Amino acid sequence: MDSDKKSRGKRVVPGFGLTLGITISMLSIIILIPLASVLGYSFQLKPGEFFDIMTDSTVLWAFFTSIVMALIAAVINVIFGTILAWVLVRYDFPGRRIMDGLIEIPFTLPTAVAGITLSKMYSTTGEIGGPLSALGIKVSYTHLGLIVALVFIGLPFVVRAIQPVLEKFDYQYEEAAYTLGANPRTTFFKVILPELRPAMITGFGLALARGIGEYGSVIYISGNSAKEHTQVVSYIIMQKLERLDYAGATSIALVMLLISFVLLLVINIVQIRQSRRTNNV
Amino acid sequence: MAKGVRDKKKIGKAGVILIVISVLFVLLMLVLPLVSVIVNSLKEGFGFYFNSLSTKYVLSALGVTLLATVCAVLLNTFFGLVAGWLLTKFSFRGKQFLATLIDIPFSISPVIAGLAYIMTFGRLGWAAPIIDSINNTFGTDIQIVFAIPGVILATTFVTFPFVSREIIPVLNTQGRDEEEAAALMGAGGFRIFRKITFPHIKWATIYGVILCTARALGEFGAVAALSKTRGKTFTLPLEIDALYLAGSSDSITAAFAVSSLLVMIAIAVLVLRNFFERREL
Repeated sequence: MDSDKKSRGKRVVPGFGLTLGITISMLSIIILIPLASVLGYSFQLKPGEFFDIMTDSTVLWAFFTSIVMALIAAVINVIFGTILAWVLVRYDFPGRRIMDGLIEIPFTLPTAVAGITLSKMYSTTGEIGGPLSALGIKVSYTHLGLIVALVFIGLPFVVRAIQPVLEKFDYQYEEAAYTLGANPRTTFFKVILPELRPAMITGFGLALARGIGEYGSVIYISGNSAKEHTQVVSYIIMQKLERLDYAGATSIALVMLLISFVLLLVINIVQIRQSRRTNNV
Repeated sequence: MAKGVRDKKKIGKAGVILIVISVLFVLLMLVLPLVSVIVNSLKEGFGFYFNSLSTKYVLSALGVTLLATVCAVLLNTFFGLVAGWLLTKFSFRGKQFLATLIDIPFSISPVIAGLAYIMTFGRLGWAAPIIDSINNTFGTDIQIVFAIPGVILATTFVTFPFVSREIIPVLNTQGRDEEEAAALMGAGGFRIFRKITFPHIKWATIYGVILCTARALGEFGAVAALSKTRGKTFTLPLEIDALYLAGSSDSITAAFAVSSLLVMIAIAVLVLRNFFERREL
């Protein structure tokens, strides 16, 4: 009621109480209460128990693998995602609309399907893995395979974060830079890139968050070998669930939830700053 | 779109290089996997293809998948409309926070979604005694985890924000003046929604439903944690997983045959997306 008076006066449109009630109830039943159950269970564990689970070398390696591979994939995605967004916004060429649609493939293709296909394509007998293995590069069942799968699923996050910013970008800045004698390269790195940075960070963060928790698309191509350190965190959680090791599964899930919460927070802060900046200009 | 016209003329050398890089990247990373699924699925000919689609397991998985998808889409569409109304027609404290909570399923691992329901309704979950006592009192045999309700819940969890995410931006740009005017003239809430709000978000809702359907049909990680019986609670992605991991050349081809169904749906979604985007412009 208080915030209401401050901002808008009396609410005119009906249905506030009803929609608020339904939204919060459904959100709680489907998302919040189940997640709280995970937190609740993990808080019952003794600190020593939690510490033992988390410092197990398989678990530590899985976190290392998930985070580092997701980071590498997110960097690759920011580079190619920026190029793709740039090409889609700035140039008109035959097939541009189709290419724009194709960017969404990783969003609509089921992760398990992507997983088995990539695994087959990049295996030593596959369409791409065959020629590569002739050059001595193995992709499936190695870290390289993990990166390929994570690049696949993370790409649209980056492109779709940068595209709208580039579309709204004011051409006057670029023209001013050209008039003042800057070459295209200087203009891109000194004028355009700084403006795109928040969007690039948002895309990077979303791709990273998705990559760290990814399951379906990576478990086939990674080979899940403890010895080669190609197990990811989601795979370890699933393995512990199958062995009915709920203490282990929830402890790891707790750390994962913390990581995604921090990432979500950072992304939100960047986005709020970005909208403030663009609204003030 | 004057800026587009201006740039069309001068793609330049750098532009050509960037377009070539983009086209190659999209073809190699995004299109080739789709082609690979289809090629692999037809390796043993059409007879084998249709036989592998009509096994007992696949038909059962298809039924479970469709049931879970319909339930998830209905629940999330209802939620999307209600939450969309709440978050765009009213100002209240904590609105941004609520919007962030709704987006949680985007950033957490689907495996954790499955774990969350196990920790709520499973053997160790706090809700298990409640369900037991309901079953004892009414003589029912309700099971959530490792049964169909668990599959439905997991599917709903991962697709939770899909419809609201499409509706909210459209309602935000539409503002609330029309609804306020209608309310001042004495129209009731449902009438305002039906006559004024819904026509604006008709296409956004349909598009959200399509995306939600695609994602629900393909959900893997969350359902994998909650579904253990092949031929009973398995969905299509789980059936694909089982066939692929069976490892024989025939079963892998069968896995790709089942995958090709989901690939066709993914392509249909992309085509529909393009169609609806043009509609809106």
